[in-house]
Amino acid sequence: MAKNLTGTLQIVTANRLRDGQVVFLTRSGEWTSDIARAAVARDEAAAQRLLAIGTVAAAESRIVEPYLTAVREDGDSVVPVSLRERIRAQGLTFAAISADATRYL
Amino acid sequence: MYRYDEYDHAFVAERVAQFRDQVRRRLAGELTEDEFKPLRLQNGLYLQLHAYMLRIAIPYGTLSSKQFRMLAHIARRYDRGYGHFTTRQNLQFNWIRLEDAPDALADLAKVEMHAIQTSGNCIRNVTADHWAGVAIDEIEDPRIWCEIIRQWSTVHPEFSFLPRKFKIAVTGSPNDRAAVRVHDIGLRMLRDEQGEPGFEVIVGGGLGRTPMIGKTIRAFLPKQDLLSYLEAIMRVYNRYGRRDNIYKARIKILVHEIGAEEMRRQVEEEWEQIRGGALDLPQDVIDGIARHFAPPPYQVQPVFAPETERLRFEDRDFALWLRSNVVPHRQPGYAIVNLSLKPEGAPPGDSSAAQMDAVADLADAYSFGEIRVTHEQNLVLPHVAVADLPAVWRGLVRIGFATPNLGLVSDIIACPGLDYCALANARAIPVAQRISTRFADLARQHDIGELKIKISGCINACGHHHVGHIGILGVDKNGTEFYQITLGGHAGDDVSLGSIVGPAVPADQVVEAIESLVDTYLKERRDGERFLDTYRRVGTAPFKERLYAPA
Ligand code: HEM
Ligand code: SF4
Repeated sequence: MAKNLTGTLQIVTANRLRDGQVVFLTRSGEWTSDIARAAVARDEAAAQRLLAIGTVAAAESRIVEPYLTAVREDGDSVVPVSLRERIRAQGLTFAAISADATRYL
Repeated sequence: MYRYDEYDHAFVAERVAQFRDQVRRRLAGELTEDEFKPLRLQNGLYLQLHAYMLRIAIPYGTLSSKQFRMLAHIARRYDRGYGHFTTRQNLQFNWIRLEDAPDALADLAKVEMHAIQTSGNCIRNVTADHWAGVAIDEIEDPRIWCEIIRQWSTVHPEFSFLPRKFKIAVTGSPNDRAAVRVHDIGLRMLRDEQGEPGFEVIVGGGLGRTPMIGKTIRAFLPKQDLLSYLEAIMRVYNRYGRRDNIYKARIKILVHEIGAEEMRRQVEEEWEQIRGGALDLPQDVIDGIARHFAPPPYQVQPVFAPETERLRFEDRDFALWLRSNVVPHRQPGYAIVNLSLKPEGAPPGDSSAAQMDAVADLADAYSFGEIRVTHEQNLVLPHVAVADLPAVWRGLVRIGFATPNLGLVSDIIACPGLDYCALANARAIPVAQRISTRFADLARQHDIGELKIKISGCINACGHHHVGHIGILGVDKNGTEFYQITLGGHAGDDVSLGSIVGPAVPADQVVEAIESLVDTYLKERRDGERFLDTYRRVGTAPFKERLYAPA
């Protein structure tokens, strides 16, 4: 699994237990699907502190499999370094067909 | 069609209730993820990149229209409105919420469906020729045997904790359409000298990180001995299969290590102990199951239908579709209609709820309410009267499932890849979309002829790339997607594994690479040769030379 790559900036991500949705840990200890609100750790000690919060949340059965992932800054938000994590954060890289469509466009 | 008996009903209902309670306890924090994960996997529920994925068993790929409508309902109600048909004749929903999963399974159970044996180290959903019961060359309907195997293997205590997952495929015809030589056990029906039907037993095939072609350990097994012989194989595997190393745990590794001859000896020895015992299949039991697969009440139909013939002459698209997507049926006056789930530029194998409903309606109107799922990620309406072909075609055109590309360059198999899959190295679906778009010209596709492209997003090979005429494997090079290309794989009777043509190519060069390979074939081919024939005659060299030639 692509965990910490080389970047110094890191965030904690996981999947929410009840629906599997991709979530990121915020500064206030909530879990959000908006990566722009993710708490960014600027060094390894801060990263480990964030991960510890994630581990507690996993033990409390709110989220599943928290881990650190490297990001780079992008305006007001951050973008994961790895493609896998970008896909997790941004969704499919193609348009899926919708329920009522009878044609793929 | 096979109907559940009381036992099946009670069993599936109990499993749903049990899982509902397990989900409740997990959500309440009474079960940890480590405790819960094996339980959800036993019910076909995986955690993927964006959500939970529910894998639904479609035994031997056969569905009723009622079941198909239920899949559409589940897609709408619990997912984002579509599903993905897979190479294992399963259906996967990609956006399931854990809290909804018990309700989705309860809805499925209403139409006698479930997700049992779609995960874990058990005997998985048994797959079959998708033209079972209707193919002209068929000896016997393989689904009878799949069902017998299903009943024997479902939650069999001895086989619920195998060293690794176990996949069985059955073809009822000597011509393999179920890829029997790349399964843990493949069964191929044939006749002995007296004309009695039986099975060739093939063991130790498989794809994944160590692809292997299965070995025939018995050239002919009488039908009634099937279960005792399978049980003997499973016992030998259970005893000697490696549990110490997940990468060496499949039966293919055991067969490879001890050799086919030794495997045969061990199995036969074990079989001597148990043959003729409780696993012997009495004829009346076989007949009872066979009745569930009895042909539908065909009517006498004209073999020559004037309206169909007229349209064939007047409409080129219809003529092309007849040629590539419609095949002869064993019942005179009927045809097998193959639906292409590979419209130009679409994700292979995906179907929206609306498309599923429309297919169910067509099945009711024209195919005795029956639908099949193929391992090439397409669907089949198995019993269409020749006179109804124009109406069915128009119905399929309306939902985009009438592309006349069966077996052609745009009929691509692709696994979910990095867009969905937690194990992936690279994307598969967008690559398929780009190739399909590039080769959209149907006249050109028909000129190129049979060419099977198969794409996997990692070494696990869910997209069968090892047996693609052109195989494409996604790899990760320092965080960038690259694709390794293999040539000459094939999944039929004359099975072969592809050979790597050269260094992997970057994502933005894959389509050009395929174009180059096709050009080489067109230049090298002799009259009547398919891509595979040309490759087998000339080898990798000319393909490689052109592919890696400096621009
Ligand atoms: C998205 C979740 C999936 C996961 C986690 C997954 C996992 C795996 C793994 C680990 C293997 C390697 C097994 C081995 O070599 O022992 C494998 C093989 C395979 N899977 Fe999947 N797979 C997934 C989806 C699919 C899909 C969508 C299909 C059908 C399109 C599929 C069909 C197969 C096939 C045909 C093989 C190779 C045959 C063999 O077992 O030798 N899988 N899968
Ligand atoms: S081949 Fe790899 S990427 Fe594709 S579905 Fe299988 S495990 Fe996932």
